[in-house]
Amino acid sequence: MINRRFFLKSSGLALVGGSLLPTVFVRMANAATTKGGKTLVAIFQRGAVDGLNMIVPYGEQAYYAARPTIAVPRPGAEGGAIDLDGFFGLHPSLASLSPYFKDHSAAFVHAVGSPDSTRSHFDAQDFMESGTPGVKSTEDGFLSRAVGAKKEASVSPLRAVALSPAMPRILSGGAGAVAMTNISQFGIRGGANVSGGFESMYAEAVAGTLGGTAKESFEAARILKSADPQKRQPENGAVYPNGPLGNSLRQIAQLIKSNVGLEVAFADVSGWDTHAGEGGAQGQLANNLRNFSDAIAAFTRDLGSRMGDVVLVTMSEFGRTVRENGNRGTDHGHANVMLLLGGGVKGGKVYGKWPGLASQKLYENRDLAITTDFRDIFAELLTKQLAVPSLKTVFPGYEPKLRGVLA
Amino acid sequence: MKSATKFLAGLIAFACLAGATSSDNSKLTDRQRALHVLNRLAFGPRPGDVDAVMKDGVNAWIERQLHPDGIADRAVEARIAGLPTMAMSNAQIVKTYYEPVLMARQKANAEAKDGDVDKKDARREFLRDIPFNQRPQVVMNDLLSQRILRAAESDRQLNEVMVDFWMNHFNVFAGKGIDRFLLTSYERDVIRPHIWGHFEDLLLATAKSPAMLFYLDNARSVAAPENRPLLAQRFGRRAMEMNPQLKNRQGGLNENYAREIMELHTLGVDGGYTQKDVTELARVLTGWTITTQRDGGQGAAFIFRPMLHDAGSKTVLGIRFAPGGGMEEGERMIHVLAHHPATAHHIAYKLCQRLVADDPPAALVDRVAAKFLATDGDLRETVRAVIRSPEFWNPKSYRVKVKSPFEYTISAVRAVNARITDPAPIARALQQIGEPLYGAQPPTGYSDKADVWINTGALMNRLNFALALAANKLPGVHGDVVALIPAEEAADASHSVEALAQALTGGSLTEETRSTIKSRIAERNAPAEDPWDNTQLPTVAGLILGSPEFQRQ
Repeated sequence: MINRRFFLKSSGLALVGGSLLPTVFVRMANAATTKGGKTLVAIFQRGAVDGLNMIVPYGEQAYYAARPTIAVPRPGAEGGAIDLDGFFGLHPSLASLSPYFKDHSAAFVHAVGSPDSTRSHFDAQDFMESGTPGVKSTEDGFLSRAVGAKKEASVSPLRAVALSPAMPRILSGGAGAVAMTNISQFGIRGGANVSGGFESMYAEAVAGTLGGTAKESFEAARILKSADPQKRQPENGAVYPNGPLGNSLRQIAQLIKSNVGLEVAFADVSGWDTHAGEGGAQGQLANNLRNFSDAIAAFTRDLGSRMGDVVLVTMSEFGRTVRENGNRGTDHGHANVMLLLGGGVKGGKVYGKWPGLASQKLYENRDLAITTDFRDIFAELLTKQLAVPSLKTVFPGYEPKLRGVLA
Repeated sequence: MKSATKFLAGLIAFACLAGATSSDNSKLTDRQRALHVLNRLAFGPRPGDVDAVMKDGVNAWIERQLHPDGIADRAVEARIAGLPTMAMSNAQIVKTYYEPVLMARQKANAEAKDGDVDKKDARREFLRDIPFNQRPQVVMNDLLSQRILRAAESDRQLNEVMVDFWMNHFNVFAGKGIDRFLLTSYERDVIRPHIWGHFEDLLLATAKSPAMLFYLDNARSVAAPENRPLLAQRFGRRAMEMNPQLKNRQGGLNENYAREIMELHTLGVDGGYTQKDVTELARVLTGWTITTQRDGGQGAAFIFRPMLHDAGSKTVLGIRFAPGGGMEEGERMIHVLAHHPATAHHIAYKLCQRLVADDPPAALVDRVAAKFLATDGDLRETVRAVIRSPEFWNPKSYRVKVKSPFEYTISAVRAVNARITDPAPIARALQQIGEPLYGAQPPTGYSDKADVWINTGALMNRLNFALALAANKLPGVHGDVVALIPAEEAADASHSVEALAQALTGGSLTEETRSTIKSRIAERNAPAEDPWDNTQLPTVAGLILGSPEFQRQ
């Protein structure tokens, strides 16, 4: 504990010194431009990322005992973790996020997750996206309900966008989210009469899913065409890594800069289901984490001062077993870790009560226990970042406890 | 509120059902019945199909489709025989298409050893040296080709619908490691021969397939060291403990497959198993793995390795196995899972969701599940029970389902009677619309519900695909919409729309949609300035194929 407090202090000093820090985005209470509102960017790490190797509890001997071949070494050792607070360290592949933690724009929440005990990817993702752990009958996603709870007179058809070929569960529902993989190709390729033909056909003929979807599609296409977001190239020397997440975040940045009224953006990234050959400081997970980290760092750099209006959050359906399995991998577990980055984040801290990794502290004698419900974190993001007036319909039957992660 | 709505919906459904037997106007017409089976039990009608089915009789058509072996299908099979990898074994495919890649890697590594050359550049060079017809992409291209060709052109249409269903139920993702080399045999030898037999045989075949063993990691799941007496005997327990290399090579338990076989393949997520059952079943299935060349034979086949099997006692779903068992434990559990009532319900639900409605009536699911149990999981009888049900024929089920991307693209290709010389543009379109074949990463496969498929981006991609197909702009997919209607109809704008609508949709385009197309396209200008000619037909066809009606089945 002494170590952790000391580190926080010294990193505060480093911030005053400042010269070694990278370009820090300017944090402004209310927006860099008059038109740009606030945006929440949510990233889902599908497949259950191994949070214990992402934010490494290197201060616990039990961590090393449980993972003889895949543990990330302590800071200072070869391939060691990057110290955060004297107890937790970043996986070395997350190095590009380290400056943001140091300048207090990034924070992590550990031992966080969905309280349902399922270890099914499908169910756990479903519960996390519906926002109702344990309740399968929920029809829509909680981000869709959150956007819908803002009763505004006029809303942009691009206020909720998923960079994804199919509409993710988390945004499905009545809020009229848009799913697309390529913002520059969104629209009918066939001239005004063809496009108009489709539009009136769908307007007249269909109620329900098809009709509503079509109406939103045509409106979104019109706005995209006039805003022309793809003309906005990455700024501040940002270089997005190849791969789906970099591709998604580059386009989300373009939408934000184009002021099309984006409030919620969603992207997912898969490949975290490391049952075998997970690797430690190097290997499969390390490679995926590097791409993940570099994509998020590029996004932050690209947006520059606009990042003051943006909060990026990551989630994953559950964590992985504390002990490595027989294939130098990990199986499905329970609690995990979340990243928060952007304007208003009270960063430079690893939030959450740490339950410990001693056998008797583990959930069902195998997994990291949950001490923070993921809905507590989202409740704060939705209230403070998106100004959602009430969370009653967003997390029905749940009374969130705000954890003070945002200013 | 919710239960009241449900009650009301139930009442309406009941009223329709009751009405279906007594009154003609709540029954499907013969033409609708023909169109219904062509949409649900086939990948949509080609020009003339509706009339052919009506002439044949819908029931006769269904019975023939339920026995695909009796349908010759020579033209399609001849084309597929021309694809080089279709007759190859796993081992042959690995040897022909994967080994050159490994060799290139090795050579690149050797060359990059002294640090003068970049390893990646060297690898690229060596890969480029591989002859075009031995590159790894050939395997997946062939596989995609046969699937698309069969769906579009085979006369065994229901068979292809069920192949799609079961490949999705027992999903294997081509993007995971060597699975792209194992899927050819998986579809040909594991799925296709078993989809009209007993469920247990299909389940067992997947459990022993290298593709599934690799995809869900069972191939690398082995017993904990203390439960491996055979291995200890051979090497000596002390030697194993002393030698880390030996110990590591032997690995340990992996519960991935044990979980998914219960959650997804058999019982369903609420099927009543516990985490303990998952772990215990994983122990039962230890030793089920894939051969290497060292085993003799050619490699990439199923093998049970007694030395890696967990020799301890185990209890799964209340069934106890005494210490010292072998492969028969896993086979016993597969038998139990295949005959479990929860499995019957899970399979029945999914079949009804696929063939009848997104939220199938509970009574129907119960009856189909009962048929599954009564017939020892006979899949032909189970599918027949769905098709013969009043719910299948209820007007409420008619055109109520939205087509999946695969159903949509293939039905459009069939509607314009396109000749496919290169299926690649269709495979690409499927990627854009959100359903790349063999490309579902999670073991759940793709959803069979509309709300997953219908979203803004995907809808735009559907409409663009329709326009490109109708305009004959997909290279390798040759359609001629002008040839679909008589020349005298094509001479007039309004008649063209009517005739094309009939030809492409079998008459399911609404009056509103037809008049929209007419006013927007056909009659868009004063005829004197811009007279109608049949070069407008592709645009009209594109609008019809993109219409809301054509999205449904």
